[in-house]
Amino acid sequence: MPDLTTLSAHDLHRKLLDREVTAVEITEVFLERIAAVDGRLQAFNTLMADAALAKARDTDARLDAGKEVGPLAGVPVAIKDNLCTRGTRTTCSSNILGNFVPPYDATVVEKLDAADAIPVGKTNLDEFAMGSSTETSAFGPSKNPWDLSRTPGGSSGGSAAAVAACEAPIALGSDTGGSIRQPAAFCGIVGLKPTYGRVSRYGLVAFASSLDQIGTFARDVRDTAMLLGVIAGADRRDSTGADEPVPDYLAALDRDVAGLRIGVPNEYFAEGIEPEVEAAVRAAADTFRGLGAEIVDLSLPHTEYGVATYYIVCTAEAGSNLARYDGVHYGHRTADDVDIVNLYSRSRAEGFGAEVKRRIMLGTFALSSGYYDAYYLKALKCRAMIKGDFDAAWEKVDCVLGPTSPTVAFKLGERIEDPLALYLLDIYTISANLAGIPGISIHCGAGADGMPVGLQLMAKPFDEPTLLRAAAAFQRATEHHKARPELP
Amino acid sequence: MATIDRATVEHVAKLSRLALSEDELQLFEEQLVRIIGYFDKLNELNTDDVEPLSHPLGLRNVFRGDQVVPSAPRHEALSNAPDRTDDAYKVPVVVDPS
Repeated sequence: MPDLTTLSAHDLHRKLLDREVTAVEITEVFLERIAAVDGRLQAFNTLMADAALAKARDTDARLDAGKEVGPLAGVPVAIKDNLCTRGTRTTCSSNILGNFVPPYDATVVEKLDAADAIPVGKTNLDEFAMGSSTETSAFGPSKNPWDLSRTPGGSSGGSAAAVAACEAPIALGSDTGGSIRQPAAFCGIVGLKPTYGRVSRYGLVAFASSLDQIGTFARDVRDTAMLLGVIAGADRRDSTGADEPVPDYLAALDRDVAGLRIGVPNEYFAEGIEPEVEAAVRAAADTFRGLGAEIVDLSLPHTEYGVATYYIVCTAEAGSNLARYDGVHYGHRTADDVDIVNLYSRSRAEGFGAEVKRRIMLGTFALSSGYYDAYYLKALKCRAMIKGDFDAAWEKVDCVLGPTSPTVAFKLGERIEDPLALYLLDIYTISANLAGIPGISIHCGAGADGMPVGLQLMAKPFDEPTLLRAAAAFQRATEHHKARPELP
Repeated sequence: MATIDRATVEHVAKLSRLALSEDELQLFEEQLVRIIGYFDKLNELNTDDVEPLSHPLGLRNVFRGDQVVPSAPRHEALSNAPDRTDDAYKVPVVVDPS
């Protein structure tokens, strides 16, 4: 039998249905893999071995009885630790929620269960999803499986590392400014942020309500399509979601890209991009041209205002969303609760890390009396202009191509002392969140020191099929996605 | 640009309900000056005739029928409370009765 941990989700599912292997065997192999490597990677905050084996036994029993099983039966999945899992600790990698055990499942967790996926554990993230390197996690950073001295990216670094290191074939993450796509780029895997409103946010611990979206990690685009099909859809418990029907995402995979119009914005190759990243991304554009796509020069003129716009909007929304952590309902409570104001102020000061405090402060400032118009309202107008760039682009192109990040994965500790410099690295990913459009990152080559380079494609709202179609065509024509990190 | 000084940082910390240490107040003052200074880049854009965009899909006032469905049982809702009675959260006195 081949090493099960290197198989895709769809191959594992097929082997299960063909009764070549049992769900329990699959689960045990992955739990052994996690035990063997996670000490070095620290991708997981909490393992769910008992729940995983119970689910696997149930699946095997159903198959033995000749009953139907769901589309993810036999497939282990890792879940970012800001998604509520009933009865299993959900920490957001924060000391303020260190012992929080949700009394409910997020909608996406319910959907995974209905599809018979096997939840193996909760993965590490930057605290409350605020960061681009998993270094703001209160529990310490996860490591990049390609080079343990480097970051796996963030904020969904644990999920990306887990999939790249074959601790699970697929994982869920969340993306507010690039937190799925950038770790996917840094770890050489496929990361998809769906259209805003495509996936229910019920049970996702809120960071920025108009930007957050739950999405997928996988090594194979077919797995991405399968997982998206499971988690997408309207939910009466999320009033910000769209009432859009869910298409058959697998049907998109077999179309070729002849005639696909791909825009390449000149603003995405400005200063700051590493030369190897630029070379790999331009080579990818040539690959698409060779497959029959039309490469179109494009301008997204408001690109340079994206970082400032994003860090006003997301911090304002975060300051509001994190007001609930007050030492009363759940989470850390200070011993110094002499009065209500001290209860709040000390519980929060003791429980939150520096980046979270910094963002709450920025957001509160931007919304405060005297500054609201100049900062928050101004940012919402700039946001409209950034979205306007994409609305104009869709007249000429079907999707937009560029680098996911200006750099490959950097060394741990290298950038964390300069928050603004780290914020500026989000330049290519944040526009998709501001505009609400879907984006995917795929492995397109090697950059400095052999680290993976991510190619990003973005499309119109609800046009995930075009992204899946292009990504699948790229994976058929190239071998980058087959490369796997050698763990020492 | 907005003047970000120690008084501003203390005021924002108070609004945010964050009891910051002296070291934190100094560090955040430096960092906020730099970051908020960077935000002033947005003044390069003329946004006089632009409508602010808060929801990417432009959704407004989403309604559904008012159907009564079961709520979470109280003991579950209170299950993570650091300080509680059987049916309530406990907090220090908010309004002084004297």
